[in-house]
Amino acid sequence: MTQSVVVQVGQCGNQIGCCFWDLALREHAAVNKKGIYDEAISSFFRNVDTRVVGDGGNISKGKICSLKARAVLIDMEEGVVNEILQGPLRDVFDSKQLITDISGSGNNWAVGHKVFGSLYQEKILEKLRKSAEHCDCLQCFFIIHSMGGGTGSGLGTFLLKVLEDEFPEVYRFVTSIYPSGEDDVITSPYNSILAMKELNEHADCVLPIDNQSLFDIISKIDLMVNSGKLGAAIKPNSLVTSSTGVFKKRQEKPFDAMNNIVANLLLNLTSSARFEGSLNMDLNEISMNLVPFPQLHYLVSSLTPLYTLADVNIPPRRLDQMFSDAFSKDHQLIRADPRHCLYLACALMVRGNVQISDLRRNIERLKPSLQFVSWNQEGWKTSLCSVPPVGHSHSLLALANNTCVKPTFIELRERFIKLYKKKAHLHHYLQIEGMEESCFTEAVSSLSALIQEYNQLDATKSMPVEDLPRLNVAM
Amino acid sequence: MSIVTVQLGQCGNQIGFEVFDALFNDSHCPRGLCSKRENEAYQASCKERFFSEEENGVLVARAVLVDMEPKVINQTLSKAAHSGLWKYGQHSCFCQKQGSGNNWAYGYSVHGPRHEESIMNLIRKEVEKCDSLSGFFIIMSMAGGTGSGLGAFVTQNLQDQYSSALKMNQIIWPYGNGEVIVQNYNSILTLSHLYRSSDALLVHENDAVHKICAKLMNIKQISFCDINQVLAHQLGSVFQPTYSGEGSFHYRRNPLGDLMENLVPHPEFKMLGVRNIPQMSENSLAYSTFTWAGLLKHLRQMLISNAKMEEGIDWQVRPPLSGLPPLGNMSVNKETRFNTSIANLVILRGKDVHSADVGAFKDPALYTSWLEPVHAFSVWKTQRAFRKYEKSAALVSNSQSLVKPLDMIVGKAWNMFASRAYLHQYTKFGIEEEDFLDSFMLLEQVIASYCNL
Repeated sequence: MTQSVVVQVGQCGNQIGCCFWDLALREHAAVNKKGIYDEAISSFFRNVDTRVVGDGGNISKGKICSLKARAVLIDMEEGVVNEILQGPLRDVFDSKQLITDISGSGNNWAVGHKVFGSLYQEKILEKLRKSAEHCDCLQCFFIIHSMGGGTGSGLGTFLLKVLEDEFPEVYRFVTSIYPSGEDDVITSPYNSILAMKELNEHADCVLPIDNQSLFDIISKIDLMVNSGKLGAAIKPNSLVTSSTGVFKKRQEKPFDAMNNIVANLLLNLTSSARFEGSLNMDLNEISMNLVPFPQLHYLVSSLTPLYTLADVNIPPRRLDQMFSDAFSKDHQLIRADPRHCLYLACALMVRGNVQISDLRRNIERLKPSLQFVSWNQEGWKTSLCSVPPVGHSHSLLALANNTCVKPTFIELRERFIKLYKKKAHLHHYLQIEGMEESCFTEAVSSLSALIQEYNQLDATKSMPVEDLPRLNVAM
Repeated sequence: MSIVTVQLGQCGNQIGFEVFDALFNDSHCPRGLCSKRENEAYQASCKERFFSEEENGVLVARAVLVDMEPKVINQTLSKAAHSGLWKYGQHSCFCQKQGSGNNWAYGYSVHGPRHEESIMNLIRKEVEKCDSLSGFFIIMSMAGGTGSGLGAFVTQNLQDQYSSALKMNQIIWPYGNGEVIVQNYNSILTLSHLYRSSDALLVHENDAVHKICAKLMNIKQISFCDINQVLAHQLGSVFQPTYSGEGSFHYRRNPLGDLMENLVPHPEFKMLGVRNIPQMSENSLAYSTFTWAGLLKHLRQMLISNAKMEEGIDWQVRPPLSGLPPLGNMSVNKETRFNTSIANLVILRGKDVHSADVGAFKDPALYTSWLEPVHAFSVWKTQRAFRKYEKSAALVSNSQSLVKPLDMIVGKAWNMFASRAYLHQYTKFGIEEEDFLDSFMLLEQVIASYCNL
């Protein structure tokens, strides 16, 4: 089995990362009752004998001694990382896995990318190499960051180039939080566009997510819980937001609950690689099947049923409803409507007590209402993992390579152009060494090229599907 | 003579387990409907073919398990050991940490050469345990990366290193409606390579077996386990011992050789399919009785109307009138056309088997003109019943029935190839556009050859 290393960058990246490690521990605790360090756990955790000083403490088999996350935590401010190190997860992180600074990136991509990038390049490499050495067979780096700020956006994408050069064989899966419309960071369009260029060129797969969609999902769950109609009750054991385990009604933005959705995404994405099932799907299969052309590697995700993301005990609705919901625009983790756009490919990763016939029945049922590109009419990749998420009987993660990401990118470009036209705040960037106006123009044309690719695909949408003439063979 | 089975990838290993389980359970089935001595001879023959024995009497499958990631092999080993009656050899597995990622090129060009020596060593060890080797039975799927790519590589190696042994590849065709998005690419690459290096391709389609589970076995929530068990039943009914001739009292010694001799008269035509009758859930079996005449009539119509199971057979399809030229070349687009065969083998097991009349299968109208029916048709009859079926018949045929599915796969792969989608994933590991084109050429040739029968 293979291992993955999570690299969490910036405030957002580290907060989500923290939720992820919390959930991962609880999932493995629920599944692994005997406390034996098995291959499933080793995909994200090392087993360390804490009595041994220095590096020699790795234990590869036998009872779990002390679990350490395969993670590298990077932030240019100390606040978030310090909080993690004082919180309940402090023992899960190795103090040697951290890279911090004091001053922060000031919401400036250039500071994160150019200044901190060159300052910390060696140190970053050293930490990454260390974590790779601890792995038997490293398959994937999961990078978690936001696009709108300075550290996650700038330093996070600087990392991608480093990873590509140093570990060319290892996949780079990036979970990127895109800024919502009413983002309070004024320069977020600049930061996002500059970061997008790096994602275009150096990521294998990107899972774009936006805060507004997460918030809407949380509100929906809230509604389900508090409406009282379905007899919902608070569940003691399942995976949810905070370790306090109680899902409260919140007034302000419930970042905790929102971060947990993203954490659940990563957990479900890797479940078929970690646990057994009748149709396994490893991480390298995601890239293979869902990325038909190297630049088109943005995957829209949805997690259903929603109640698996909450601590609540809602009686399970029909299995088929779970599949239908996966394609509805209300369940996507980014504002997108895949049903009304064009699919290039779609993956359905099912967990729990679901068999191949259930999967096939639902694909047959939903297929007519979805549009697939002409050369991939049966563009489905499926997987069945026997282990359900904790406290629930089944769940579904849908990953879609769909032209519905286009509006997000177009909107981003518009906001960028609005700012850039007025040259607002530009001097903060240009005063950084290595930054010129060409960085901006190149970044925006990279994005435009990407949008153009999606446009060309969309143009084929209503064209009739014709079979191409085949090769003629002499008899 | 013995058969060494090579199980490749998740599919190959999951199915392999069910096959050995079915073979074992059948050979130890109390209701053999024959004398004790005969039953013992059956068991001994089955054992010689498929199992070796440890000192404590536990049977060890003559199999090599190969997968590029460990989860499935671990499961397979423990399921077998769980029965307590048979198991896999603990050193018969080859496993790596990272799978092939559904990438044929990775399985063929990276895993193949990298692990060639280890895998061939394992196979050699298993071959050395056999007194006499009939050949290899390789179980793999076409859709994924390991079974398909590494399977093609291993088969090629077997051809080089064991040129006198026969190779039969059991290939699983994926559901038409996607299990893996690049399955059509993986399929055409696999088929074209196997066509050059394998002796026979025994094909099972997931869609067809799924329908059997739904319609005949009445399973509500069909799982891969159910599908694999039906498959194993079909394979068991073909590979279990049969008598070597009319009135003979010895079981056939060379199962693969006999199969090939009867069914693959010409290297251009290697694709074989299996049909089985009756096939039903155990509950229904208790209430059913059959006559050989009825079973054979259905089986024949299944063959000529290209039905994969005994329900929904189109009885309107008839062979062309003898003496008249065939009704034009078969067009892949016509609905239910008459299915012309090259060769057929009927295997009958059970009560009063010698009274079964297979004359209808000898009709020359069923066959292509360049073979005499006496060469094209064979029947093997065995008194000893198979599992709980008082009478059962299996038909292994080399016919046009796989042309339509093959044509569909080639068509879809061609459409995708024209857009160049996913090609970068293959060229990354050394499979270039020319390799794809070669594969297309070969398969179009095969389709045309079968159509022109």
